[in-house]
Amino acid sequence: MTTATTGAAAKAAGRTKPATMAQALQRAMRDAMAEDPTVHVMGEDVGTLGGVFRVTDGLAKEFGEDRCTDTPLAEAGILGTAVGMAMYGLRPVVEMQFDAFAYPAFEQLVSHVAKMRNRTRGAMPMPMVIRVPYGGGIGGVEHHSDSSEIYYMATPGLHVVTPATVEDAYGLLRTAIASDDPVVFLEPKRLYWSKSDWSPEAPARVEPIGKAVVRRPGTSATLITYGPSLPVCLEAAEAATAEGWDLEVVDLRSLVPFDDETVAASVRRTGRAVVVHESGGFAGPGAEIAARVTERCFHHLEAPVLRVAGFDLPYPPPMLERHHLPGVDRVLDAVARLQWEAGN
Amino acid sequence: MQQRSSTVQEPLAETAYRPTPPPAWRPRTDPAPLLPDAEPLRVLGTDAVADADPALLRRLYAELVRGRRYNAQATALTKQGRLAVYPSTTGQEACEVAAALALEERDWLFPSYRDTLAAVARGLDPVQALTLLRGDWHTGYDPREHRVAPLCTPLATQLPHAVGLAHAARLKGDDVVALAMVGDGGTSEGDFHEALNFAAVWQAPVVFFVQNNGFAISVPLAKQTAAPSLAHKAVGYGMPGRLVDGNDVVAVHQVLTEAVARARRGGGPTLVEAITYRIDAHTNADDATRYRAEGEVEAWRAHDPVLLLERELTERGLLDEDGRRAAAEAAETMAAELRERMNADPVLDPMDLFTHVYAEQTAQLREQAAQLRAELEAEGESR
Repeated sequence: MTTATTGAAAKAAGRTKPATMAQALQRAMRDAMAEDPTVHVMGEDVGTLGGVFRVTDGLAKEFGEDRCTDTPLAEAGILGTAVGMAMYGLRPVVEMQFDAFAYPAFEQLVSHVAKMRNRTRGAMPMPMVIRVPYGGGIGGVEHHSDSSEIYYMATPGLHVVTPATVEDAYGLLRTAIASDDPVVFLEPKRLYWSKSDWSPEAPARVEPIGKAVVRRPGTSATLITYGPSLPVCLEAAEAATAEGWDLEVVDLRSLVPFDDETVAASVRRTGRAVVVHESGGFAGPGAEIAARVTERCFHHLEAPVLRVAGFDLPYPPPMLERHHLPGVDRVLDAVARLQWEAGN
Repeated sequence: MQQRSSTVQEPLAETAYRPTPPPAWRPRTDPAPLLPDAEPLRVLGTDAVADADPALLRRLYAELVRGRRYNAQATALTKQGRLAVYPSTTGQEACEVAAALALEERDWLFPSYRDTLAAVARGLDPVQALTLLRGDWHTGYDPREHRVAPLCTPLATQLPHAVGLAHAARLKGDDVVALAMVGDGGTSEGDFHEALNFAAVWQAPVVFFVQNNGFAISVPLAKQTAAPSLAHKAVGYGMPGRLVDGNDVVAVHQVLTEAVARARRGGGPTLVEAITYRIDAHTNADDATRYRAEGEVEAWRAHDPVLLLERELTERGLLDEDGRRAAAEAAETMAAELRERMNADPVLDPMDLFTHVYAEQTAQLREQAAQLRAELEAEGESR
């Protein structure tokens, strides 16, 4: 209903303003709420304020406080009550204010959200989305920049999804809300204000969960990445052309389920792979990804699968975080170590 | 953004600083009506019992006798290896039975792992209620069928579920009440606090029912809380706290029924603390003699919930030898059937492990399921 109105108004005004990822996420929730009265947004400051990142801006005003609810400040309580709401047939979309503030909800997530379908033999699914702003790069002070994806990935029963583009932010969140399984939806904080020509007035492109995409085709090596590290990898791939490397960049989009097919197909084509993420390397997502790639592509590999990751540190203070986060140079250094002299 | 604000506040100039009284403050609600009574409510042995419906009293008696027998049978099945573990509610049957009977059919019960009896009293098939403790499947029943949430082992984590469900029901306009059960130990958990707080803020139709049975495994209440009583905790959340003799089934039923009615008419949540005692050890794996004296147990045996009601009904001419025998026989029939059904090995399909992890199986799980299938086939061939 409102889609048409807003679209017409924008056209009449002759404006096509580029949208940010934050706006695309807001739009995804708004459209889902308009279509499905069982969708309820809840969290800290999501109502009147519109969220500390303004991702829920306007939802309480449009749908009322019963549909977009400022909860008491207690993450376990937020997720625990969301479980009960899902038991009664609602689709809660829960906002955790920051990655590191989501930890109190961990027991509810691991013991109930992730297990409820299984423990009840499918009688009680948990259709809910847990939105978590994650990752660094915004100068956040302590406890505002964790890469917590590995905790969620290690919990069977959850889907773990992370958009890297404005288009995907809309498309993946729509799919996540429509999913009958719980989805941990990791939003790269530093991409909240990234822009694209994607316009909310354009027909919605809904993306499937569990499908990676090749963001940049190439032939020399594959950079496997997701979320906040995608722009880094794309920039690195551009820079690498100067060295004569034509890098392929795969955006995973979904960490669970993992798209082995797309990833393995790419590595088989290129014969070399580097996994890039902000999360620490030791027992990080890259460890799993490198193992999976090696298991599937061993005879196609010209070099060991390398990982470019954050250091295995408690997240650094903002004035030092640039040393921690994988940047273009660190990616290119890894690419240079892919044993070019030995093979082709 | 609460305390998480990164806004830097200007320091107050020293000369400008004068202590001023805060803007007008008054308590948000009058705490007096929220306070529990000084003594736990008792009905049995008082004049109040005359007001009770004789049909209800007989029903409660039959359920108590059945519940006592159920506890004995489940304990025996554990000793015979038919159950992996059984946390008994012997001595707490009044609470279990009253919780089930205080609810209407459309309401929801949120039991802890100790509350299989409440689930059974609500109508759940005893074998289905016991699959968790037998170990063949975590939740052996469809929670929606009798509106009994899965038996919950992580302490107090089911309380926020009850709040969310009740809140959702109210948003939908359904007059459904949720009753959530927890033990004295569970009241120390953060989820207890958060659930009560959410329930009170949202005025959700929930009844929190604490069975204070004296021990959290081995740890006595004095090491659990310094509160005057667990019911007093209600005041801090802005809801009424009620204290009741947990072995007086009529009193527990009355208090819970009132709390349910209050929730249903929009009056918000209530915290009920029932003073009871766990006659058996925590489970069959526990040795209660390490932390409590036999004399203490004996004193509670004299205040046994079945005995108290039986005595009262007999004195009032509501129960005679025939009635006692009929209740015992009905309980024995239930036990015999339970025994017989539990003595049959459950039918297990290992492939079920993969069936309900996700709505749609992931490629990774399809691969792993194929691996298990191959292993099972190889196992079958080698036999």
